[in-house]
Amino acid sequence: MTVDHPQRRSPLAHLTAELAATPVGVSLSEVPFLTQLNLRVDPLGRAARAVEEALGATLPTAANTAVAAGDLDVLWLGPDEWLLVAPEGRQESLEKSLRQAIGTEHGAVVDLSAHRTTVELSGALARDLLAKGCSLDLHPAVFTTGSCAQLPLAQAPVLLLARDSEMPRYWLLVRTSFAPYVAAWLLDACVEYAASGP
Amino acid sequence: MSLYRLPDRGRVDRSTPVTFTYNGSPYTGYAGDTLASALLANGVHQVTTSIKYGRPRGIMAAGPEDPNALVQVETPFPEPMLTATTVELYDGLVASGLSGQGRLATEPDPARYDAMHQHCDVLVVGAGPAGLTAALTAARSGARVVLLDDQPEAGGSLLGTTELIDDRPALEWVEAAVAELDSLPEVRVLSRTTAFGFYDDGFVLALERRTDHLGFAAPEHLSRQRVWRLRAKHVVLATGAHERPVVFADNDRPGTMLAASARTYLHRYGVRCGQRAVVFTTNDSAYQAAVDLADAGLEVAAVIDARPQSPAGWAAECAERGIEVRSGHVVTGTTGHERVIRAHVAQLTDGRPQLRSGIGCDLLLVSGGWNPAVHLFSQAGGRLSYDDALGAFVPSSSLEAVTVAGAARGTFQLDGCLADGGEAAQRALAGLGRPTAGGTPPRPSAAHESAERPLTLWTVPDPDEQHAGATQFVDLQRDATVADVLRATGAGLRSVEHVKRYTTIGTAHDQGKTSGIISSGLVAQSVRAGIADLGTTTFRPPYTPVSFAALAGRDRGHLHDPERVTPLHLLHVAAGADFEDVGQWKRPRYFPRAGEDMDTAVLRECRAARESVAMMDASTLGKIEVEGPDAAELLDRLYTNLMSSLKVGFIRYGVMCGVDGMAIDDGTVMRLADDRFLLTTTTGNAAKILDWMEEWLQTEWPDLAVRLTSVTEQWATVALVGPRSRDVLALVAPELAVDNDSFPFMTWREAMVAGVPARVCRISFSGELAFEVNVSGWDAVTLWEALLAAGESYGITAYGTETMHVLRAEKGYPIIGQDTDGTVTPQDLGMSWVVSKKKPDFIGKRSFARAENQRADRKHLVGLLPVQRDILLPEGAQLVADPQIGPPPVRMLGHVTSSYRSAALEATFALALVKGGRDRIGQTLYSTVGDELVPVTVAEPVLYDPEGARRDG
Repeated sequence: MTVDHPQRRSPLAHLTAELAATPVGVSLSEVPFLTQLNLRVDPLGRAARAVEEALGATLPTAANTAVAAGDLDVLWLGPDEWLLVAPEGRQESLEKSLRQAIGTEHGAVVDLSAHRTTVELSGALARDLLAKGCSLDLHPAVFTTGSCAQLPLAQAPVLLLARDSEMPRYWLLVRTSFAPYVAAWLLDACVEYAASGP
Repeated sequence: MSLYRLPDRGRVDRSTPVTFTYNGSPYTGYAGDTLASALLANGVHQVTTSIKYGRPRGIMAAGPEDPNALVQVETPFPEPMLTATTVELYDGLVASGLSGQGRLATEPDPARYDAMHQHCDVLVVGAGPAGLTAALTAARSGARVVLLDDQPEAGGSLLGTTELIDDRPALEWVEAAVAELDSLPEVRVLSRTTAFGFYDDGFVLALERRTDHLGFAAPEHLSRQRVWRLRAKHVVLATGAHERPVVFADNDRPGTMLAASARTYLHRYGVRCGQRAVVFTTNDSAYQAAVDLADAGLEVAAVIDARPQSPAGWAAECAERGIEVRSGHVVTGTTGHERVIRAHVAQLTDGRPQLRSGIGCDLLLVSGGWNPAVHLFSQAGGRLSYDDALGAFVPSSSLEAVTVAGAARGTFQLDGCLADGGEAAQRALAGLGRPTAGGTPPRPSAAHESAERPLTLWTVPDPDEQHAGATQFVDLQRDATVADVLRATGAGLRSVEHVKRYTTIGTAHDQGKTSGIISSGLVAQSVRAGIADLGTTTFRPPYTPVSFAALAGRDRGHLHDPERVTPLHLLHVAAGADFEDVGQWKRPRYFPRAGEDMDTAVLRECRAARESVAMMDASTLGKIEVEGPDAAELLDRLYTNLMSSLKVGFIRYGVMCGVDGMAIDDGTVMRLADDRFLLTTTTGNAAKILDWMEEWLQTEWPDLAVRLTSVTEQWATVALVGPRSRDVLALVAPELAVDNDSFPFMTWREAMVAGVPARVCRISFSGELAFEVNVSGWDAVTLWEALLAAGESYGITAYGTETMHVLRAEKGYPIIGQDTDGTVTPQDLGMSWVVSKKKPDFIGKRSFARAENQRADRKHLVGLLPVQRDILLPEGAQLVADPQIGPPPVRMLGHVTSSYRSAALEATFALALVKGGRDRIGQTLYSTVGDELVPVTVAEPVLYDPEGARRDG
């Protein structure tokens, strides 16, 4: 079903200007409308192999890791749960191919594209910014590129993905109801860098 | 230059004079001073009077252990209960002394506070000689190191002494060490940072005072204080030691100070604390103070050493400077008022002071030995033991991944501290599997060898036998004396914890840093027990006081608690909605028009829903997708009614109970496919119900092939309610057959609505013809605006939660959590129909058979109609049978759970839980309204359209 979305709104669209006005060392932006599907399947079953073939990507089995295959990211969420993140507009085709691959085996595919939005955070100060509200060790040797984690950032549950841990670039996947809070929290965390200088 | 400020000593910045006001008088100090050092430089010892007896009290120490110097800082922002010895001086500081109690600001604090998480391999607490060596050793191996110190600059005890390291002044070594640490990328050195709590698994909380010392110049964008949440693989505690006094009569007189503190004031701040000093000691360390003060031009009248023999080396140094040494003597008391003018000295023979003589002085320095700062070690669960030779408690057990180094474990000599720090780091690195890098250990100057062991002396016998101990102060802040301790033990107390509570010793801001061990020693003496057996009171966080503002950090104002919003929130704000908090959600409560109060707005919104069409944002409902071959079986076990018989395309209302049979949630279940359901939960219960379901699935029924996924924010939901709702829906969903036969009650359809894909449900929470339209959150605005436009000619009205409540209450629909309180069954709610008689089992079923659940006088949900039709009963009001309240106990029959004004009934009404309520229908009860009792008629809970005629439009 192709639909024209004249008024489709992303959860942080109204904060675009504020997010763009961050101080040197921090970049913040919403990456709206990404395709996000939740996949539940037995990692050892036939269906998992079929899914991997359909995706052209392995389903990571190490806790809190993600793999990237082309423009698709596969995030480990649990022993039998993954989040697939793909560019905008792929939910229907992806859901269909996943359901086909799973076949009659027990699995679940749920479209969560609008459930969370994505905030990209990058820059030299990105780690410091996160460290103000995230209890995980984000040292690049520890939270390496491709690490992901579900954790509270300040008081909001987020899904954190290190897209690049050396030149730090993170994705925060945030439930849309919490997105304005997270954005406000991040902007507030920038204040000390905003006015720095002599 | 004042009489007390020496021109050639100290680390204060003479080029930056600073003016400040204390107790109303103007003074001058220097950048680098503390408030205490600046006062002492101006000859001011007395800072306040004591809380209970109003006795003059002075500065006694140079650090956070000071029991007296509590001040209220007024500028730039009022802050109570700071210690003058830890307040760094800044220009324009206004402060005054406190007698034990401060005063909070009445204005909100404009400063920022924040928190930072930090992980490391080795955390070193304390940047004295042991800590610096430990940090250097660890850092040179490439480990991630954090070094904390509570002072503005590193050095610890070296800041107040004159030692040499590697043949140059120790502070040059310190400077080089800090520079090296700063140059390493994996090292963070935090000054002005106090570790105040040590918890399990290397978790340490520390407070960094980032801009306090800048006063008015503090930049607004920086947080004033920061709480560091540190997680270390290994913690090295190099926290040093606190000197403790000896207790004697009138030992609280200003001018009485700890000996090493006076030495610190001399070397670090260039301040001599008096003109003529008497030094009273039980150990060698105070001799250094006497010698240094004499070298700085003070007249040191005498060193009074309680030990029978004074140390030969030190005695010689004193003799060189003409300082008289009296061994085997004690100070028994003082003379003076606002300042000591004479020390009373007597020979100690067989533990009894002999004839006393007076020595004139304006400074009485005391050293009763050193207490290792074991606070953090003890907080983390480390055990302490009493070291007889030191007369102090030291760490005795080993804690995993914790090493104590230097004075904190009773190693008081510089060479020992330097060696200890290095060894501690090596132990830490070994535990982490890291090799130690090479390097020459620092080498200190030679110290005096001492042949004389320290003497443990808690208190000098009181010459005033009539009131023994009445002016011998143990805890100066609490005005608690030796007499108080003896009173406690005389009352039969033996535990140091009990004595602490009885006397309040150790309960003030300083937590007994100078008094706690003395109190233990006194109890031991008094009950003739060993202090080793009595132990100490428990060390608890925080090590030093931490303000609530710092702990709150940035969780203030709009960040205090997350405000969850729906995709329609900005539209609601623009429409002027009044919001209410439902859990963390912000939901529109009503949409007032110009001049409307809540009552009028809600009556208007209700009329629109009952008479034409109205709409509400229902996106906050929890939504859970249930998928798998056993999905229906799981729902059958969780809900009280049967769900497996539901057909695809249909919807069923369901109730969940706890194992006790009490209702915990309700909602609707849509069957999406044979093996897929979508259920809704109440707004506030979404996370709890998902956890509840997962708990049963994962722990009790792992055999069920079902998977649960929260989809709460995937969908935005708009409820379209009222007799004209079908007309409006038809306009925005032209391809959807909306007539009653094609789209009956409790079914759902997929359709394009407002040009976007939607799931439309025919369900009603108002009794009216109603639909709930679910679209992707991205499309919520499109849907909302399309419905508003399509309904314009029908006067479509947006409504909020208050109207929703009135509409549902008129129909007797309960809200779980408002009309229930965890003790209410579905049967109590009059919903026996929702409890399956066919299913073999479900959660809660067993409890329904209990005798308690069968009682006829259980509380039932009923309607109430006030006899006087415009009286609004307060929710929570108690209900009684009689029009007069008799003598207590008054028999309560129940209470009002929901109460509203109804446009449809043209009256007020309420729902209530009433004992045996269904048997009282038609009866009159009485409800409290303020101080009055008003008559109410008990009614069926369904007050509006009881036959359900309006459901299909």
